[in-house]
Amino acid sequence: MTARVGVVTFPGSLDDGDAARAVRLAGAEPVRLWHGDAELHGVDAVVLPGGFSYGDYLRCGAIARFAPVMEKIVDASRGGLPVLGICNGFQILCEAHLLPGALTRNQHLHFRNRDQLLRVESTGTAWTNAFQSGQEILIPVKNGEGCYVADTATLDALEAEGRVVARYVGGNPNGSQRDIAAITNAAGNVVGIMPHPEHAVEALTGPSLDGLGFFTSVLKHLVGTPA
Amino acid sequence: MPRVVVDVMLKPEILDPQGQAVANALPRLGVSDVASVRIGRRIEIDFTGEPDLDQAREIADKLLANPVIEDFTVRVVGADETVDAQP
Repeated sequence: MTARVGVVTFPGSLDDGDAARAVRLAGAEPVRLWHGDAELHGVDAVVLPGGFSYGDYLRCGAIARFAPVMEKIVDASRGGLPVLGICNGFQILCEAHLLPGALTRNQHLHFRNRDQLLRVESTGTAWTNAFQSGQEILIPVKNGEGCYVADTATLDALEAEGRVVARYVGGNPNGSQRDIAAITNAAGNVVGIMPHPEHAVEALTGPSLDGLGFFTSVLKHLVGTPA
Repeated sequence: MPRVVVDVMLKPEILDPQGQAVANALPRLGVSDVASVRIGRRIEIDFTGEPDLDQAREIADKLLANPVIEDFTVRVVGADETVDAQP
């Protein structure tokens, strides 16, 4: 049976369409989830897409965290549901305390929009098992509040536990501590990434096809997971 | 009716690029004796009844501030409070 991957639309989401398309190109069935949904419609995994949920009011992701669909996602993630938060989705995962740390204003205050080289460092997660450890990939980054911060103890723990999923290579676009571009929770089912893999899935529109690996990874992960 | 004021500030160890940008602009105003500027947020909450400080604290902790990067204070003021310049 085809895996069903939910893509949440919040008011102000931008990249939900591209995320759903990436899911389809990876060979899964995208299922559109609405922020007000009180159930997950039986999806096998969830993508929280980029954008400006609730206008980024208060803090990026702060209000989206309380959307009805997020309560279900938080519960299900504790049971192992794979969740990928991209950009604003990463911010939401931090605000929901599914991932440690926070994303703050880019150190140089400029919005950054460019193709960005990343090094994948953790391939044990539900969303990165299709990559080789140390593999360099090129995917777009576009954020104004992508500077990852956490206290030193948290950063040290992330490094020691192999939970830094990807780092910026060839220039840090936002001042993130220790060049962190993506992290995972202890179980490896929840991943937050600031750059946009869903924009690098087709030669016509992306700088590479490297982003597809995140979406094929979760399918591989689901095949290996007993229902 | 009294109102609850929540002040949210970035923790001292968190870089505040907005504050830095403002501080860097001050010399253009001819101000040269400012060591640093930090920018926070003031939120005013009016309850329908008596102000509930405990509830305001919970609102601040769960929504208004992100305890990972921010500190907050909660206080009750008169509804017509104006911000007085400190002498």
